Parts: sequence; structure tokens; C-alpha cells
Amino acid sequence: MKIFHRRGGLRSVTVVGLSVAVLALAACGSGGSDAAPGAAVSVAADGTDDGSQLTLWTRAPLEKQAKLLVEAYNKSHKNQVTLTVVPNDDYVAKVGAAAGSKGLPDLFAADIVYVPNWVKQGLFRDISANIDGLGFKDSINKGHLGAGTVDGKQHVLPFVLDLSMLFWNKALFKEAGLDPNKAPATLEEYAAAAKKIQALGKKDVYGTATGLNCGGCLVFTWFPSVWAAGGQVMNGDGTQANFTSDQSKKVFDTWRDLWKSGAVLPSSKDEAGPTWTAGFTEGKVGLMFYPATLLSSTKFDVGVAGIPGPGGGASTFVGGDGIGISKDSKKAAQAWSFLNWMMSEEAQIEVLAKDNDVVSRGDLANNKYAAKDPRLVTINEVAGKGQTPVAMNFQQAYNATNSPWLSLVRDCVLSEGTDLQPNNQQITSVLSQ
Amino acid sequence: MGVSMMSGRDRRSRRRLSPPSPARRGEAVKGWLYVSPTAVFVAVLFVVPLLLVVRMSLSRWPLLTGDQGVNAPDNYTKVFNNRFFADSVVFTLKYTVLATALLIALGLGLALLVQESSRWKGLLRASFLIPSSLGLASASLLFYVLYSPFAGPAADLMEKLGWTFLGSPNAALFSTVFLIVWRFAGFYMLLMLVGLQGIPAELYEAARIDGASRWQTFRRITLPLLRPTLALTTIMCVTGSLLAFEQFYILTKGGPDNSTITVVQLIYTMAFQGQNDLGVAAALSVIALIALVVINAMQLRAFHNPDEK
Repeated sequence: MKIFHRRGGLRSVTVVGLSVAVLALAACGSGGSDAAPGAAVSVAADGTDDGSQLTLWTRAPLEKQAKLLVEAYNKSHKNQVTLTVVPNDDYVAKVGAAAGSKGLPDLFAADIVYVPNWVKQGLFRDISANIDGLGFKDSINKGHLGAGTVDGKQHVLPFVLDLSMLFWNKALFKEAGLDPNKAPATLEEYAAAAKKIQALGKKDVYGTATGLNCGGCLVFTWFPSVWAAGGQVMNGDGTQANFTSDQSKKVFDTWRDLWKSGAVLPSSKDEAGPTWTAGFTEGKVGLMFYPATLLSSTKFDVGVAGIPGPGGGASTFVGGDGIGISKDSKKAAQAWSFLNWMMSEEAQIEVLAKDNDVVSRGDLANNKYAAKDPRLVTINEVAGKGQTPVAMNFQQAYNATNSPWLSLVRDCVLSEGTDLQPNNQQITSVLSQ
Repeated sequence: MGVSMMSGRDRRSRRRLSPPSPARRGEAVKGWLYVSPTAVFVAVLFVVPLLLVVRMSLSRWPLLTGDQGVNAPDNYTKVFNNRFFADSVVFTLKYTVLATALLIALGLGLALLVQESSRWKGLLRASFLIPSSLGLASASLLFYVLYSPFAGPAADLMEKLGWTFLGSPNAALFSTVFLIVWRFAGFYMLLMLVGLQGIPAELYEAARIDGASRWQTFRRITLPLLRPTLALTTIMCVTGSLLAFEQFYILTKGGPDNSTITVVQLIYTMAFQGQNDLGVAAALSVIALIALVVINAMQLRAFHNPDEK
């Protein structure tokens, strides 16, 4: 072989490739001890704090809360966590690439609606044994814990909760002759209030707003209306859509009527997400279903209540991110130290509650910071009544830009909703894939 | 058969009998050395990824769990059964025809304009060319704001007219085409200008002496001699348009109501938004690649000048 021999070269490449694959397989097969990537985690209750370097990934919308938590942990522990914040739209691709090349960080957070799928794909390690050891396990937010539970094993703890709530602009309520201290109790009252504010005829002021081209926004703000009325949007496994129920139909009818009456911010029609809250934040919208995480950055006087359904009730979408130990982590004991601290009273109250964020433990809902602002108590209390929908194909059915859920809503609200049945069927066929 | 076998063996043995001289072998090694950097680049950056994509397209390959073994031809049937496949192909072709026709016509028109007029030539050329210096993604973001019914400068006007730039399927298509024309017309003008300047001035002089009209000169001299340039620009434009992604990803996200999904966008959606299936995405990539090769071959043939050779 004086010059590069083609077939020989190919063969040696194949041999190298095969041996890499064999090694990788061997690594997968040697689970058992806690340190081995992929295996179930069962470590000391407090984890290990021995000055290790840990890595943590999260997506940009939760940057503020993630930074606060990581800074506080690093200050009080020998372990040091390095935080990486990834743009929202790139997060799935980045996690996917890392999972494929076995390069996931020790800890990573995931949009709670994607958690069931990611747990099933084996991206998170089973931490049931340690979660069971927590004395306050029963007061941890059930929606988040449930989303990370597969075959009775828990994989994920709530990292940051984001709830959808009814927000109203008190100044505009007063101007329109509505009681600024009383929330609309039903979806019908909500619509009536929006029309009244629209009737003020003020320039650039609208009754309400939403994101009619943003699947995630609509899931987040409209599912609770159905739940509040006692309906369900899917079956228990998340394999069948149920938008032909009376409760769902009433929700769509109310919004279609609102849209036709002109009481909805016109740019809502094409709003794909980036600016869906901007109108309310600028004080140009009377009332809106809005993310509770934005309460701390809302400068004017707003009221906060649970999202009502047709005929009353109150509910919320318990969104936000769950966090767990990745399959690739070799420092499970150290990573658990972070998770254990994150769930502690100290972190929940002195970091999250202090920043006006929602705590993820029900037993801490009435804390000293919440007591200063009754709206926080409302949010914390509604959190217990809310739901986190579970479905394996959630992203494709609802959040994706070409999701059948978007087609359904746009047909129901912007036109006459004549295709409700086939659109519902389309969602089911994506969900049940 | 026997004869041919014999002759084959014959040839081989003859070659073995007369080995290449050391000097020639040295030259061959040198030749290999010269091409090796390019060869390595082509292999690492083109051939290997291409083979990987082909393998992906034949395997079950979810984004989050990686290669799960061969499942051919499932991914291809899934592509054809995808509810947006046919729509995305039709839309991509429609967009390509529209964008190519506008860009080629406008590029040529602008080139003729800046070639003819003398006083404003520099200013005109520069102003047509400036948008080309902006990245396509940045340009798309710029237009996203300009078109926005919430933050855009025309927000009030749009509200009065009850019409938005990206609100209906046709409006979204034409608004995006406008962005592309704004961004690329100068670039194609430049290519056309180079082609125009390659046409000898004597031909025009001769035509003028013969009393040819402007139209005749354009039709009989400019167009035929511009053929290679037209071929180049058309192929570039068609290929670029068929692979359109950023502008639609940023401006319309495939909306409204899934009316502006291009093929590449569908590939992206399959891989990273929901389905998270790299296998199916790779299968569509392979189909797109084959289609591109076929279309480019057809174009080359169409523009081939029978007189050359």
C-alpha cells in the first residue's frame, strides 16, 4: 500500500466506526451503579457537595428565574453550576443534538408539555427514590410531578412554574364603568367587559388580545377555560382530542363573537408569539389571559384572577419548565444536591417568592412575600387547581407552527367553525401517532 | 468471451511488465498532493454528510434518541403521506417561478439602466447594490418589523384599510417576494452588468450602421450574447428559490393557515418542531436534492448553445 488504497481506507473507517459503536453499547450495558449514566438515581438525601462543576441548560424565557436560582446555589455551596441559556426556538434542536451525541449537561430543564415525551425517550434519569425521600413530596406541584412520571417512576421536579391568569387593567376598567376590584366571574362576563372597554372608543385601546397564530399561547390561555367549566381537552393518555365538547364549543363561540365585534386587538390575528403580550404590557388592552411570570414586570395597577370558563369556575395552565438529571450525567449525586436545595424552603421563599415568582410547593403558598401582595396568594392558590396536560405528541399537535390545533382555532374563531369535527379528528390522528 | 478475457489478462500483464518510471510516479504523487486539500474538503464537507443523510433517510432516527436501525422505505412513505407535502411542493414551485421571473427581468432592466445613463450611474449602482450587503435573515427581520401591524410604521394605515402585509396567503407571498426582490435585485443586476460588458461594442456599432432599432438590437444582439449570463443567473435564482427558508421562517412561519410552507421549511419542521424525526426529514432532503439535480440538468440543457462545441 504505497498510496492510499481506497477500499482499505473504507474498511479501516468501518472498523473504527464499529468499535466506537461497540464501546458505546458496552457503556450503555454497564448500568447498575449510581454513577453510571442512564441508571436510576438513589443517592444520599442531601446529595453530594464536594466542589464539582455542574452544567445546567434552560431556555431563554426562564432566564431570570434560572439565573437567580443558580447564583443563590453557587453562593451557598461548594458545587458550582454553570448555566447555559438557549433561545426558545433552538432549544429542542440543541437538546436533540446533544442527546444523540451523549453530550447532555448534568441538569436540564424542559418545557413541561414536552417532558412526558422526553422522559419516555430516556433523556432524564429516574429519581423516584430521592423524590420519595422528600418529607414534603405531597405538596410539590402535582401537574409538574405527574408530567415527569412514566410507569410510576418520577424523573422531573418543577423548576419554574408559569401560570396563565386573567389580568385586568384597573384604570381602563374604571373608565369603562366596571368594578376595578372585581374579576369577571365567567367567560361571558369577560367578553362583556372586553366589549365595554372597546366601546370607550379610545385610540389604540382594545378590549382584549390573544395570539391567534401562536399554538402555544392558545393552549396556555384557552385550555383553562374548558377546564374551568368542568370539561377536558383530551383523554387521560393524551391520545384523543376532545374539542367537540360543549364546553370547548362555548369557548370558541365566545371568542368568535368577540373577534367579530372588533373588541380584540387586530394584530392578534397574525400574532405568532413574539409580541403576544405586548399590547397589555403597554396598557393598551383592557383584560387578557396572561402569563403570571410577567406580574413582577407589570408597572401599572392590575388585578389577577384564575381563568374563568363559560358559566364560571376558575383554572389555570400549570406551565413552565420541569428539571431533571440527564441520562449522560456522571455526577448524579452532585446534581441531586442542586435539585434538593431547589425544592427547599430556603430556595423557594428566599429566591423565587422574593422575586414575586410562583413557588412550586403548595405548603409554602402563604409565605411572607406573598402576604404583602394578595395577588400572589391568588396565583399560588389557583396553581393547585390548575392542570398540566400530558401527551406524547404535544409539540406536533399544538405548539408547532403548522399544528392542527392552530387550524382548528383559526377556523373556529376567524371563520365559522364549520370544520370543527374534521379538525378535531386531525388533532387526534397526530396525538395518537 | 475467451478472447476478451485473454486480452484483459494480456493488458494487465503488460502493464505489470513496464512499471511507470520513478519520475512519472513522482509526478503522480505530486498531483495527488495538489488535489488532496480540495479532495479532503469535498470528502469531509460534502460526501460524508451526504452519505449520512442518505443513511438517515433509510433508518428510524428520532431526534432525541438517535439511530434505531434501518427501516427503509418507511421514511419515504411518511414523506409522501405528510399532509403538507403536496402543498409545500406546489407553493415552493409557485414562489420559485414568481421570484425568478421578477429577479431576472428586474436584474436585466436595472443593468441596462445603469449601463446606459452616465451621470447617475455610480449612485444608482450603489443604491441598487446596498441591500445585497445585508444578510437575508437580518433583512427578513427588518421587514418583519416593517410589516408588523403592531409595531410597523404602516400600522395605522393597515388598521384603517383593514388589511395586513402578512394576513392573507397571497399578501404573505407577495410581501415575501417583495423582500426577496429588494434584497437580491442589485446582486443580479451586477451579474447582468458583467455579462453586458462582455458584449463587444463593435457589434452594437455595426447594428447601428445597419439601421437596427433599439428593440432589434436588444433582441438580436444583447439577448443571444447574454445567454451564458442568463443561464447562470437563472440557475442560481431557481436553486436559491427552491431552497427558500429564512425569509418564510422569519416572516410567516408558514402561515397564515399553513399557506406559505416551503419544502425546506417542512424539512425543518419535521426535524425540530414536533415530529422530531430526523429520518423523515432526511428522506425529504434526499427527494429535494434529486429534484434539484434534475431541474438543474434540465436548465443546463435548455440553455445549452448548439453552436458551441
